Amino acid sequence: MTNNQLKALRRPIDQVGVEERVARFQTRSIKSEAKIQGLKMVLNMIDLTTLEGKDTEGKVRQMCYKAMHPHDALPDLPSVAAVCVYPTYVAIAKDALKGSDVKVASVATAFPSGNSSRKIKLADTKIAVDAGADEVDMVISRGEYLSGNYSFVFDEIAAIKEACGKARLKVILETGELSTLDNVRHASDIAMLAGADFIKTSTGKISPAATMPVTLVMLEAIRDFYYETGKMVGMKPAGGISKSKLALHNLVMVKETLGDAWLSNEWFRFGASSLANDVLMQLAKQAEGRYQGLDYFSKD
Amino acid sequence: MAKKTETKLDFGSKWDYSSAPESAGHAEIKKEYGLYINGKFVKAEDGKKFASISPSTDEHIAYFAEASDKDVDKAVKAARKAYNEVWGPMAPKERAKYIFRIARLIQERAREFAVLESIDGGKPIRESRDVDVPIAANHFFYYAGWADKLEYAFPGKTAKPVGVAGQIIPWNFPLLMAAWKLAPALACGNTVVLKPAETTPLTAMKLAELIHDSGLPAGVVNIVTGAGATGAAIVNHPDVDKVAFTGSTGVGKIIQKAIAGTNKTATLELGGKAANIIFDDAPIDQAVEGIINGIFFNQGHVCCAGSRLFVQENVKDIVIKKLKDRLSTLIVGDPMDKNTDVGAINSKEQLDTINKYLKIGVEEGAEIYQPNCTLPKKGNWCKPTLFLEASQSHRIVQEEIFGPVLTVQTFRTIDEVIDKANNTPFGLSAGVWTDKGSKIFNLTTKLRAGVIWANTFNKFDPTSPFGGYKESGYGREGGLQGLSPYVKLS
Repeated sequence: MTNNQLKALRRPIDQVGVEERVARFQTRSIKSEAKIQGLKMVLNMIDLTTLEGKDTEGKVRQMCYKAMHPHDALPDLPSVAAVCVYPTYVAIAKDALKGSDVKVASVATAFPSGNSSRKIKLADTKIAVDAGADEVDMVISRGEYLSGNYSFVFDEIAAIKEACGKARLKVILETGELSTLDNVRHASDIAMLAGADFIKTSTGKISPAATMPVTLVMLEAIRDFYYETGKMVGMKPAGGISKSKLALHNLVMVKETLGDAWLSNEWFRFGASSLANDVLMQLAKQAEGRYQGLDYFSKD
Repeated sequence: MAKKTETKLDFGSKWDYSSAPESAGHAEIKKEYGLYINGKFVKAEDGKKFASISPSTDEHIAYFAEASDKDVDKAVKAARKAYNEVWGPMAPKERAKYIFRIARLIQERAREFAVLESIDGGKPIRESRDVDVPIAANHFFYYAGWADKLEYAFPGKTAKPVGVAGQIIPWNFPLLMAAWKLAPALACGNTVVLKPAETTPLTAMKLAELIHDSGLPAGVVNIVTGAGATGAAIVNHPDVDKVAFTGSTGVGKIIQKAIAGTNKTATLELGGKAANIIFDDAPIDQAVEGIINGIFFNQGHVCCAGSRLFVQENVKDIVIKKLKDRLSTLIVGDPMDKNTDVGAINSKEQLDTINKYLKIGVEEGAEIYQPNCTLPKKGNWCKPTLFLEASQSHRIVQEEIFGPVLTVQTFRTIDEVIDKANNTPFGLSAGVWTDKGSKIFNLTTKLRAGVIWANTFNKFDPTSPFGGYKESGYGREGGLQGLSPYVKLS
């Protein structure tokens, strides 16, 4: 699509209205059975993530075990959805997760800044895919977006999508750098038109990350895209969701914006590292009627 | 863009919220309530009483005394005495202290008031908790602040109280409307005889208890319960100086006639049929949310409800699709459940009125749409309703339904929509949804309505005046302007 066509996609978002809607979701009271069911869904939607300079094989392997066995002391727990690592750890994660349903997602395209050449980004993607990544989490070029070079952003996403082959592509908008909800909406539309399988808020390296207003605007973009094309696109808020209550309110938002079809880890994910333990703690409390200490839950 | 495909979202039961009832155990309800006259709770002179029924369960709540002419006369005499001897002569800053105290007591007992309001009136606890009770407290706070500053409200003039105010309030926001009426009257130094609606007297009598606890001098506020005859007795009492009424346009006209030729002044807050106008350049998702809240807030029992939707024809399809989807996610049912969005219709009579209009709308040829939701077996219930393809000449478009019913019409140009929006005997409120600031200002100067919201709806604040044009009444409540009806200037 041409730059002018992409520019014409802009539509206004009213920030005050978005915040009011979010406040309304937060008044939903999730208790008893609904809470247990919701927490299990949350757990099953987590992309357990480690994206640090100090990552090692040992760290990734331990995290993978946790992904498959979140807390064996509790019966009937689902596994998480995926682990998310740098491309160089994809093969290790694949090996560690062998025989499980847990997917391997890899960040790529000069994560987290995205400041590199197209060639490097495609190579980065290829490394991840060749190593067996089921999903690729790319970052958009925020500088190009903010300078109005929308076709650059579009073409880049389309090129990475092609390089992904069968792997599902998650497009990270880094909403904290896009600064307005109008931009968040516009970048979501560009990403979906360019072939994103998922749109994702953040790298986790920039604050603010996955705020509820940002996630709502993206869910509404997904809804309009579905209305217009019949194609489902997934959503992944990432960064800043570390508590069960906030995760449940995100689920409320999904349920009441997109409906039942998106209430599965095929279409909704949480990118988080510490959320899992809070969810486990809440589930243990629901099962046993009291909270357990933090040290009863493994840190990986 | 890809070709349009027929797509449908499924708002099903994959993850239903468990019930989350607000506990009512802490709220005390007496078997029987008397009249609050001259600082005492007394029975009606002739011993008559009536029952209040819960609109969501049909259960009996309590008996309330039915005030006759004799009781109203006692109340007015008590108010006059208190005005002459205590409240009128009191230093304004001392009056303010009492009003502040009432505000703080409402905050302290907020949960109890919220629960009782939902039990008696059928509105969702989320609304009584987050809207009715906090704003009621805020009105007392706000006007308490004015009590000793009237010289700044009316610079260069001397503001004196009017005297005894007779105040008659409706059933849609029982506590909040009592606050709207009482706070400015007291702040300006008037004394009051107030009558709540006969279907929702509970929180008014609780407020009487609270006022009693606040130590307000006897007779300053008198609260009498009863139906139309009690209201007429207040309006016609020769020693009432000012009438303040919120309710139907029909009763407003009767009051207007009754006080003609007397020295009484009046403020009338009457019906409405607000236009909510959505342009093609609006933030559509937020506008849809605003439209939903504009009409389904408090089951549509709101005089300023956005009951006529005007949607620009080139965005009609998407707006209607989104409205329908949003209707599917509204939770209708038990007002005491914290997740309920739409509660019970306030009374059997009102439900009959709404059902009458649903029938009329269908007969007139509008296309009715209601979501699939199961309604409780007992109580008064109405599904949130859209009437699509409505016309300006339909009765459902012209007359106030006062229920969860939205008519949807299309328009093409700005002039057309201004004409149609103003083409109503009412003029209380209106809403405009557009991203363009100049369009907002253009419309707000041309729409003949007392309150116009832009990119929002149903926002209430004590600092903001509220009132109508044409048959929606006259006089303003709230804000600086809300002081005027309660003072004589010299």
